[in-house]
Amino acid sequence: MARQITIDPVTRIEGHARITIQLDDAGAVQDAKFHITQFRGFEKLCEGRPFHEMPSLMARICGICPVSHLVASAKACDAILAVQIPHTAASLRRIINLAQLIQSHALSFFYLSAPDLLLGLESDPVTRNVFGLMREHPEVARDGIRLRQFGQHVIELLGNKRIHPAWVVPGGVSEPLAPEKRAEMLAALPEVTGIVEKALEQFRTVFDQFREEVQTFGRFPSLFMGLVNDDGGLEHYEGKLKVVDDKGTVLEEGIPPARYAEYIGESVEPWSYLKSAYYLPIGYPDGMYRVGPLARLNVATSVSTPKAAQEFAAFKQLEASGPVLSSFHYHYARLIEILYALEKIDQLLNEPDILSDRVRAHAAPNNLTGVGVAEAPRGTLLHHYKVDKNGLMEFANLIIATGNNNLAMNRSVFQVAQHYVDGEKLQEGMLNRVEAVIRAYDPCLSCSTHAIGKMPLRIQLKAPDGTVLDELVRDSDGKRG
Amino acid sequence: MSTDLTPPTARSDAERGEPKPKVKAATVWLDGCSGCHMSFLDIDERLIELAQHIDMVYSPLVDPKQFPDHVDVALVEGAVSSEEDLEKIKRIRKHTSILIAFGDCAVTANVPSMRNSFSVKDVYQRGYFETATRRAGVPDQVVPKLLPQARPIHEYVPVDVFLQGCPPPADVIYGLLTDLLAGRKPNLTEHTRFGR
Repeated sequence: MARQITIDPVTRIEGHARITIQLDDAGAVQDAKFHITQFRGFEKLCEGRPFHEMPSLMARICGICPVSHLVASAKACDAILAVQIPHTAASLRRIINLAQLIQSHALSFFYLSAPDLLLGLESDPVTRNVFGLMREHPEVARDGIRLRQFGQHVIELLGNKRIHPAWVVPGGVSEPLAPEKRAEMLAALPEVTGIVEKALEQFRTVFDQFREEVQTFGRFPSLFMGLVNDDGGLEHYEGKLKVVDDKGTVLEEGIPPARYAEYIGESVEPWSYLKSAYYLPIGYPDGMYRVGPLARLNVATSVSTPKAAQEFAAFKQLEASGPVLSSFHYHYARLIEILYALEKIDQLLNEPDILSDRVRAHAAPNNLTGVGVAEAPRGTLLHHYKVDKNGLMEFANLIIATGNNNLAMNRSVFQVAQHYVDGEKLQEGMLNRVEAVIRAYDPCLSCSTHAIGKMPLRIQLKAPDGTVLDELVRDSDGKRG
Repeated sequence: MSTDLTPPTARSDAERGEPKPKVKAATVWLDGCSGCHMSFLDIDERLIELAQHIDMVYSPLVDPKQFPDHVDVALVEGAVSSEEDLEKIKRIRKHTSILIAFGDCAVTANVPSMRNSFSVKDVYQRGYFETATRRAGVPDQVVPKLLPQARPIHEYVPVDVFLQGCPPPADVIYGLLTDLLAGRKPNLTEHTRFGR
């Protein structure tokens, strides 16, 4: 008798979603879906407003990675102005983008996933969270808080506000970097770099304990996409979009962002508010690709900072040949990127013109369309705007990191469910594993659909006529009923 | 509004030198961007100190899936925008002593309400027809329906504290919570404002 399991909401992810798992007559997993349950409509609600408002407005898509939206939006606006922004402005935007990568990766790794990694995937759901981590592993919790704080503080020093700063503007940034702020950032870097190096050391052994998860948490062939620089190296701000397949064969050496529509398609799924992006030349669903830390390290051929370069070499050893295919390794890739970001911020702060007051290009709208691409913490983010001759918005299309990963997240949920869900018994550790694979992607559902929805956890095994055959409910104290 | 979170029994326990029971707190996120939740996390290491006094019984940060039967204080971010948001805010109000409208979207509907000048049909048209390359159509399985407009929380249920800001600064959130824990009436107007 066919039955269905629902996990609602998926917790410790940045946003809200539900998962349904379809079982066949024999209790084996037939299908699994990851549903995103809210829709906000930014692509429409911006219509009629001046384009120069877009960075600040679009940042409100997401409070976790507002800077990514600021940067992608400002780059689309630069294209509408038809300007090349001053070098210092580009470097300052790079710093704020990397600072956000640090705080967002710290949130994902230490606050949301470390409880699974350190307390255990089958540990008590009441304490399996950052507060439980504070009790059991206070030092790790403090390190995570400190790293996130550093990222947020750099954002505040540059943009005068931690969340939704208005400092990134069309044509550059609104204000140069003050020398004392630069000094403060540089002074803090050695300490926080030490924290990440320690975490990489500590978690290397923790990751080794998850061999089964490495094999089953989204380990399958797919394409990978991410920005690379002119040397083919790891890049988060400028450059071209590179696509490789599961063997590492390069399918696209460098898609110019403005021509994204020839390469990226978006499919609507009737059961989710999140569209699924796919690589158009291969089609749906085989054009499935992954983005984010794992994909960026897979498409890059080098990393330009010394300490991260060493870790990058170790990362490349995870597979005998070709890209790293298990989504479990998103966690490791995230730590490597934090290390890279800290080293890169140090390099950028030491550029000779970083304190220059030439930080903004002024112009009227000269193009009626503009595309901006940046690497958000979770992956490639694209803003495409069309304006009228007065610069009023007529159209926006946003392709968000989590939408790029949608097909792969669904495939991963299916894979984990097949491996761990036994239709005859429902067990806490099995359910959390299905959620944990989603956490590996660090989906930003606020971003991807522009929000959320939440209801009690109730897992039901239902007969086709709707009769409940078995039920598992977590009560208000989080205990299983 | 009630601002004293200390139950009378707890006060007498405290007088006898026994530890106070922890305050049951929840954070909820409706149609918002999570920026208010992030600003709450921006209290940084003070989170460790706060965890000595509160139990986070329901939140995107913890795993319990059902809103408890009783919560002392709930911070609710975001506007009411879908049928599901509406069900949730009604349940939250019923089971919460102090309901805080957390940030500008909860207080005024702010950015989510910018869709109110368009019909839901037109908003869907852009999102699921004009920008789709495959299987254009409005998702209608499993996902909740949008309400015609995004509206502030107090239009549906009574609110005890309005905490404005986009997002409210971390220090103001921390100050509000410590005021409530100490039984002081919070004064928010001096510390934050809309859009800040």
